[in-house]
Amino acid sequence: MNMMLANAKPAAATLGLCDVDIHPRAPSRDAFDPWLSAEMRHRMHSYGLRPRHGYVRGTPFPKSQPLASRRDAWTPQGGSPASDLGFFREQHLDHYGIDVGLLNPLQPSGQGDTNDGFSAAMAHAVNEWQLAEWVVPEPRLRASIVVPYEDPEASAREIRKRAGDPRFSQVLLMSRTSMPLGNPRYWPIYEAAQEAGLPVGIHAFGYSGWAMTNGGWPSFYIEEVSEHATSCQSLLISMVVEGVFERFPRLKIVLIECGMAWLPSVAWRLDKIYPSLRCEVPHLKRKPSEYIRDHVWVSTQPIEEPERPEHLRDTMEWIGWDKILYASDYPHWDFDDPRLSIPNWLPAETRAAIYGGNARAVYGW
Amino acid sequence: MRSFEGAIDADLHPMVPGLDALRPHLEPFWADSIDQRGLEGFESQSYPPHAPRTVRADWRPQGRFPGLPEMQAWLDKTGAAIGILNPIYGVQLIFNADMNRAFTQGLNNWVRAEWLERDARLRASIVLPNETEHAVAEIERLAPDRRFVQAMRLVMGEIPHGRRTHWPIYAALEKHGLPLCLHAGSAYRHPVTSLGWVSWYMEDVAAQQQAFQSAVASLITEGVFVQFPGLRVVLAESGVSWLPAFLWRMSKGWKGVRFEIPWQAEPPAETVRRHIRLTAQPFDAPDEAAAQLLGHLGSQDLLLWASDFPHWNYDGLPSLPPGVDREKFLRGNAAALYNRFERVPA
Repeated sequence: MNMMLANAKPAAATLGLCDVDIHPRAPSRDAFDPWLSAEMRHRMHSYGLRPRHGYVRGTPFPKSQPLASRRDAWTPQGGSPASDLGFFREQHLDHYGIDVGLLNPLQPSGQGDTNDGFSAAMAHAVNEWQLAEWVVPEPRLRASIVVPYEDPEASAREIRKRAGDPRFSQVLLMSRTSMPLGNPRYWPIYEAAQEAGLPVGIHAFGYSGWAMTNGGWPSFYIEEVSEHATSCQSLLISMVVEGVFERFPRLKIVLIECGMAWLPSVAWRLDKIYPSLRCEVPHLKRKPSEYIRDHVWVSTQPIEEPERPEHLRDTMEWIGWDKILYASDYPHWDFDDPRLSIPNWLPAETRAAIYGGNARAVYGW
Repeated sequence: MRSFEGAIDADLHPMVPGLDALRPHLEPFWADSIDQRGLEGFESQSYPPHAPRTVRADWRPQGRFPGLPEMQAWLDKTGAAIGILNPIYGVQLIFNADMNRAFTQGLNNWVRAEWLERDARLRASIVLPNETEHAVAEIERLAPDRRFVQAMRLVMGEIPHGRRTHWPIYAALEKHGLPLCLHAGSAYRHPVTSLGWVSWYMEDVAAQQQAFQSAVASLITEGVFVQFPGLRVVLAESGVSWLPAFLWRMSKGWKGVRFEIPWQAEPPAETVRRHIRLTAQPFDAPDEAAAQLLGHLGSQDLLLWASDFPHWNYDGLPSLPPGVDREKFLRGNAAALYNRFERVPA
């Protein structure tokens, strides 16, 4: 599954490739020390992250591979996947000819930590680390503004601190938050993002503290993975129904690694129930699907795989060809090779839009 | 000729007017408890009694819930030959397992006495108590009455539907040839999203769509259909349009990590087509996408016609999705699924 194909660059380079989902990893937890206060360094090394689940190490549902990563993504020196800029550049950016790559740091980023102060301190440190270790030495890369989203006011401060710095391309949230993301408690984040002209990227992951399905905890990793789609559906429904897009008419949401084929069905479902419920939600002025069409973009990986490829084309048509962004998810095991994951029977201009044109439009690259 | 002459309506709701209606059908201790404890009723937040969506305006006689006469008038109007009752009354929310068993039995008794006995077109689901042993006992108690054609649980319960603790229920259902019906609704053991509690009832209604995906995922991954190859599952009030995208994702995940569930030897989509049916109310795709969506489902055998009376999904009569196989949809698929329609006690 993770075999490297030779001679990648010439074919892909012509496409103006943008990759909106790359996961840089710190070689160790010491990596953030330079940007943490003494108190927060002590917390990091004595108590560590305290997410909304019970494990100190690893994840509640063991992954299918170590660090959920490609087996070939460990560095030649045995370092963790995507922990070394040189090897990452060679294996990914140069190999595929990627023009622009967007960094989405995952844990240990402190996002979703039960301690708001620590989460805010880590967000600042991770943002500085992205600049120092990745974006400054490699100009093809862009950073995401990691925010302590369970403290929306602190998140807004972090966004305003970075606003106007072109090295940051979006505000980054995880999908599994402790309340649905449309809830007004999170609106300071959207207010600051809109003010800064930055899209809000919502990446599938995190731990809400609630059961991973609305009918209780599942058993398997395969369920955890597919339940990301249901969690993302719930957050989008929440954003639409709470009226986020009425309140923030210039807000752009990019759903990253959330899957995408479900998007039309959620929009239809909301449109279908809206007539019998509109008396409850007079703050909505338009059909739910219209908010989704105007405000939501999706990334490709993990792109759904119908038995018949033309069904994917129907779905992409319903979503909108201008709303779909290529993502690799490097270095994770379910990484999508840009040459193989976007159907080659799509017209060349459509492929070019998905490979890079749409991302350039939404992120202003 | 009426619009749906001879059809099988797979989802009708007999509305419980209040606890007093159940009183004569309860064991004396529990009947007494209504007054002793001041029980106020088990109406669930899934269907707020006064919300316009819960009962369509023209089906609220003098502002009340519709009763048997209104349902009979509806059957007369559609021309349906058979209608399956799914009583939605929040007995599943009761925490006390004995109390849950007692009121669930009372609910089933009420359905039998007040509905099945009074109109030969009606069939019903056995509402299942929450505890596994109570559920099995209720199946054994009512299965001999062939007017009970399936057993029903709410799609959102305490633990996912595939979990092994439920399996004696599935063994009993398979033995009697009874499908399991998962109906929209929650026992509210968890918020209706995996992200916590929602602000608006509209989100609660929308959340059913996620619940059904999770339920199917659990049934497949835990291996229920491998263990019980004769079991069929009906998703009621589930919507339809989510299924293809869900299966594409699930089948992709299965390709990557099926080592985790080695008993699942075929793509999940194939298992679903063999074992799962959906009532198509609400049919949640717009007309212009319906034919493509039916193509994505990959089969005309999956959908069962249902009016969802008296919930408000549409005005007038329900419309047929463009491109649907009319005979299969209105009757054939349900006739193939339910094996109890031709052998009704006189």
